Amino acid sequence: MAQIGYSKKVMEHFMKPKNVGEIENPDGYGKVGNPVCGDLMEMYIKVKDDIITDIKFKTFGCGSAIATSSMVTEMAKGMHVDKALEITRSDVATELDGLPPQKMHCSNLAADALHKAIEDYKSKKK
Amino acid sequence: MENIYLDHAAWLPVDTRVLKFAEGFLKNGVGNASALYSFGLAGKKVIEEAREKVAKLINAESENCIVFTSGATESNNLAIKGTALRNIKKGKKLKASSIEHISVLNPMKELQKNGYEFNTISVDSTGILNLDELERSLTKETVVTSVMYANNEIGTIEPIREISEIVHKKGGYLHVDATAAAGRIPIDVQNDRIDLLTLSSNDIYGPQGTGALYIKKGVKLQSVLPGGGQERGLRSGTENLFGIAGMGEAARIAKNEIAQESERLGKIRDKLIIEILRIDESFLTGHPTQRLPHHASFRFSRIEGESILLNMDMYNIQVSTGSACSSKTLEPSHVLLAIGLKHEEAHGSMVLTLGHSNSIEQIPKITKAVKETVERLRGLSPL
Repeated sequence: MAQIGYSKKVMEHFMKPKNVGEIENPDGYGKVGNPVCGDLMEMYIKVKDDIITDIKFKTFGCGSAIATSSMVTEMAKGMHVDKALEITRSDVATELDGLPPQKMHCSNLAADALHKAIEDYKSKKK
Repeated sequence: MENIYLDHAAWLPVDTRVLKFAEGFLKNGVGNASALYSFGLAGKKVIEEAREKVAKLINAESENCIVFTSGATESNNLAIKGTALRNIKKGKKLKASSIEHISVLNPMKELQKNGYEFNTISVDSTGILNLDELERSLTKETVVTSVMYANNEIGTIEPIREISEIVHKKGGYLHVDATAAAGRIPIDVQNDRIDLLTLSSNDIYGPQGTGALYIKKGVKLQSVLPGGGQERGLRSGTENLFGIAGMGEAARIAKNEIAQESERLGKIRDKLIIEILRIDESFLTGHPTQRLPHHASFRFSRIEGESILLNMDMYNIQVSTGSACSSKTLEPSHVLLAIGLKHEEAHGSMVLTLGHSNSIEQIPKITKAVKETVERLRGLSPL
């Protein structure tokens, strides 16, 4: 049967999202989406010795946009940046016990925002 | 925690009085209404009584003007396709307001693919039809013009009497989708000179799966569901006795209680609007006064509607939104875009529609939940 509605885990992350906020002077910053399309995400990371030591996000969007943002920050925290770059869109959805088919693009955004923040960090490091 | 249901535009619980009246027809049955044995005749009588009750709700000139269908979608399809196909000699032009329900717009688009010409007429920022544009766009070849009595997403009530005058001046037929308005405000098809009017059973607290189409005496239609010839040949298929009996009883109750109930809900609506508009950057959508008594619709900047809906559900309050993220197509509501909202504005919409189960005592709980929801989501938003 096709998934109907959101999983319990999505609702937990929607209601009590982890790592909400901004980081002053972040080592990396990524922004994806567009309010015209209904979602916008900002991701901030603090990195030490290529390990993500702190991560924060702000999201305008639907339930799954908020939940996937929260989930991806939890997954990436404490991870080596190269490893975090390997987090795929479907990894985020899987961690959330799945997303309804029409919501899969939201998980794309969360992973994309994280990757963008890491790329920003890497470009600054050079 | 008490549950507060505020999505009466989407679904209504069947009135217990309706259920009590009609359940016997589901449990015991009264035979096939087309059969001549006495059992079948009893079924026929049930249908004709229901037809009278529905006719009275909209002050139809005769009960014979009512055709029962499976719901508003089918009524809209029958009204538009049935009239256009039967009156093809008159012309092949179709018009509809830009805020019609998709079950009006899609049949028109289907006809468009088959050689008809179809255009929408714009509305102003409150959702009222642009009457000058309507007048200019109609020609002698315009066979069907469709304008809803009131809109389900923004609550705006259209000036149907004026619209009907304009349409009839050019000799076309006016179809009015009254799904959102029936049972909420008085409707008089004779006074408004309406040719075709769509009704939904569930939207007047009747059983789902039943609707009706009013067809003015003399207006000719072609069936879009040919078969055994029930409902004057316009809607074949063995009649849904439970649904029809229930819709009739729901119409009778609505007719009796409409004045009292719309006044009661109007007071709750007014208070809700005042309280919710105290929130920063909150706006009413639709018309400030020409609106359905049970309808309050808003938009909030910097947040998204599906999140609002989910967050309100945590307070056991069910609301609706026209946000893209809650739709199958991922497009924002065409109604909100038609009243001139930008995409990012349309995403932040919330619709509250009241009904029997709501009371003035619920207002503080509702407004508190809305305020906390908006505050929390804005706290998460980068905008």
